[in-house]
Amino acid sequence: MPELALDIRDLRVSIDDGENEKEILKGIDLAIPAGEIHVIMGPNGSGKSTLAQTLMGHPKYKVTSGEVSLLGEDLLALKVYERACKGLFLAYQYPVEVPGVTLAHFLWNAHQAKLQATQPEAKKDPKAVLAFRKRLNSALETLKMGPDFSTRHLNVGASGGEKKRIEIAQMEVLEPKVVLMDEIDSGLDIDSTKVVAQAIHAMKKPGFTALIITHYPRILEYLQPDRVHVMASGKVLCSRGMELARELEQKGYDWILKEYNAS
Amino acid sequence: MSDEARGALDIDQSKYDFRDPEVSVYRSVKGLTRETILDISAHKKEPAWMRDIRLRAYEVFLAKPMPKWGGDLSEMDFDAYTYYIKPTDKREDEWGDVPEDIRKTFDRLGVPEAERKFLAGVGAQYESEMVYHSIREDLAKKGVLFLDTESGLREYPELFRKYFGTLVPPEDNKFAALNTACWSGGSFIYVPKGVKLDIPLQAYFRINSENMGQFERTIIIADEGSDLHYIEGCTAPQYSTRSLHTGVIEIFVHKGAKVRYTTIQNWSHNIYNLVTQRAIAYENATMEWVDGNMGSRLTMKYPSIYLVGEGARGNVLSIAFATSGQHQDAGTKIIHKAPNTTSTILSKSISRGTGRTSYRGLLKVAKGATGVKASVKCDALMLSPESRSDTYPTMEIDEDQVSIAHEATVGKISDDQIFYLMSRGLSEQDATSMIVQGFIEPFAKQMPMEYAIELNRLIQLEMEGAVG
Repeated sequence: MPELALDIRDLRVSIDDGENEKEILKGIDLAIPAGEIHVIMGPNGSGKSTLAQTLMGHPKYKVTSGEVSLLGEDLLALKVYERACKGLFLAYQYPVEVPGVTLAHFLWNAHQAKLQATQPEAKKDPKAVLAFRKRLNSALETLKMGPDFSTRHLNVGASGGEKKRIEIAQMEVLEPKVVLMDEIDSGLDIDSTKVVAQAIHAMKKPGFTALIITHYPRILEYLQPDRVHVMASGKVLCSRGMELARELEQKGYDWILKEYNAS
Repeated sequence: MSDEARGALDIDQSKYDFRDPEVSVYRSVKGLTRETILDISAHKKEPAWMRDIRLRAYEVFLAKPMPKWGGDLSEMDFDAYTYYIKPTDKREDEWGDVPEDIRKTFDRLGVPEAERKFLAGVGAQYESEMVYHSIREDLAKKGVLFLDTESGLREYPELFRKYFGTLVPPEDNKFAALNTACWSGGSFIYVPKGVKLDIPLQAYFRINSENMGQFERTIIIADEGSDLHYIEGCTAPQYSTRSLHTGVIEIFVHKGAKVRYTTIQNWSHNIYNLVTQRAIAYENATMEWVDGNMGSRLTMKYPSIYLVGEGARGNVLSIAFATSGQHQDAGTKIIHKAPNTTSTILSKSISRGTGRTSYRGLLKVAKGATGVKASVKCDALMLSPESRSDTYPTMEIDEDQVSIAHEATVGKISDDQIFYLMSRGLSEQDATSMIVQGFIEPFAKQMPMEYAIELNRLIQLEMEGAVG
């Protein structure tokens, strides 16, 4: 196992709105050792979601310079689905609706694609689909969702909170090594936050690495992150321990932006 | 969608098509004359009334101009077509003559050997005879008639004459006239009062040499309180060296009866597929068309329902898939002629490459048909910037006390949807294919399981861009 699950060096990213190219990430450096949970906080518009989407490979975001390695491999050279097959997972801030496609059908196909990519020699197990279904149902149960969610169309007609929980259920079933969670706790009430945090906590095992983007320390109290990074204007300002998250909730961002002359 | 994926999706249409005219082993008479009609009739040893209808229809066919409102028919050459092939000659057809790549397609679709031969028009009597007979016996016990149309005319002349051509007379349109003049093959079905069939009747089991005819004529009569699901065609490709298919289907749904007619045509891409499908529903009867158009060069097909009895219901569910070189001009006509009749139309179309889909529909409510409820929903999905999709809905509402809903959407697959699915491990092509399957899900879920699976597999093959 490589020491670093994610190693981001001087990452610069732009988007092209058709007229102008605008730089959003202005040289991000971030190293996350395997098995650790890190947090990114920061004011709106600081580039947190852009970082998550870029790492997953959204074509809208253009990497202009920098390097990223995922578990020792050159992440930026991989296609989106290859990143997923290598063990990267993005829990979306706004999960996308796909009408007519059930969660179970979609996830089974994703699961099979991943298996095919990681163990191309493996023989097809006729019982695999049963084991898969069991795992999906148990993941849904952990998240306090009925098994009927597996036959519902992907995110269609689901509430904001349900969508977030469906993301976590997918994560549990696909067993990624490195997860990016983009505001997975926003829009969740206190009880739901607890359920989601417990589900994520249950996935914590040796080697499980997470980068959590959030505005609220509540979820962090359950997860006990190793590091908290603050992002502003496309850069990482500082990295400290959990106490920073609590301080930011009490005092807001102004003081720290001033401290680093970033306001 | 990236250019790479678009390129991958652009399939070679030739995979389904016979390229070599030499594969045809039977000789044919080309062009249509009065003598050809007389020949057909004599060969079938028909009663005089049928011969006279054929001749009358031939005159109508000649007199009617080519329709100009639908797809492009300018390259059609009526003199180039074969209008009748003697069954004795047809027996020479062999599975071995079917090109290798087409046989591979059947393999990949997982169609059983017997069915493939049948679908390829080379007959499957040997393998299917037993199944066929057991089904025939079961139906016969209930008094159900399930015959090829010629046998229907021969064995039940009075019943046949009472219905034939009453819903689609030759004067209806040029191609209905052509069919009436040259019809050959098709199904003749009668379900007696109160008989409900619990399994769908499938054309596959109706073995006769004219099954895949170019001018098939189907008549279905569901007597009062009966229930029938009939399935014609198949998702597997249908091959024909002939380039015109003109069918006529007439369905009579009597008081309180229910008929569902499911068809998916997947003709090879050289075919003009011009079909008239019409049903009449009496008091409290229900008629449902489930209609899929995957193949052909040009399809013009507008399954219609006349709701003539109080409380009658009509539902039409359709999909059309057009890739480069194809035009699916399809739609629905529903005519509400009685009070408290209801109808729903759901049309889904997908166009890719330079493919074109058109929805052409008519919803008519006659004066006096109060309490009518109708809804029309048309969704189009365009997979490439070069594809085209049009909607031509016509509504003629002559009654005030009605409730009509109409909705039309045109969309493309969003980059965010593709990205979301890919970020879980699916390739771009698999992600696209999954979204397309999701789009037609309301249609697929109405199909019997094995057809739904086959339909999805077919969509996957189409999206894959290569077969074999």
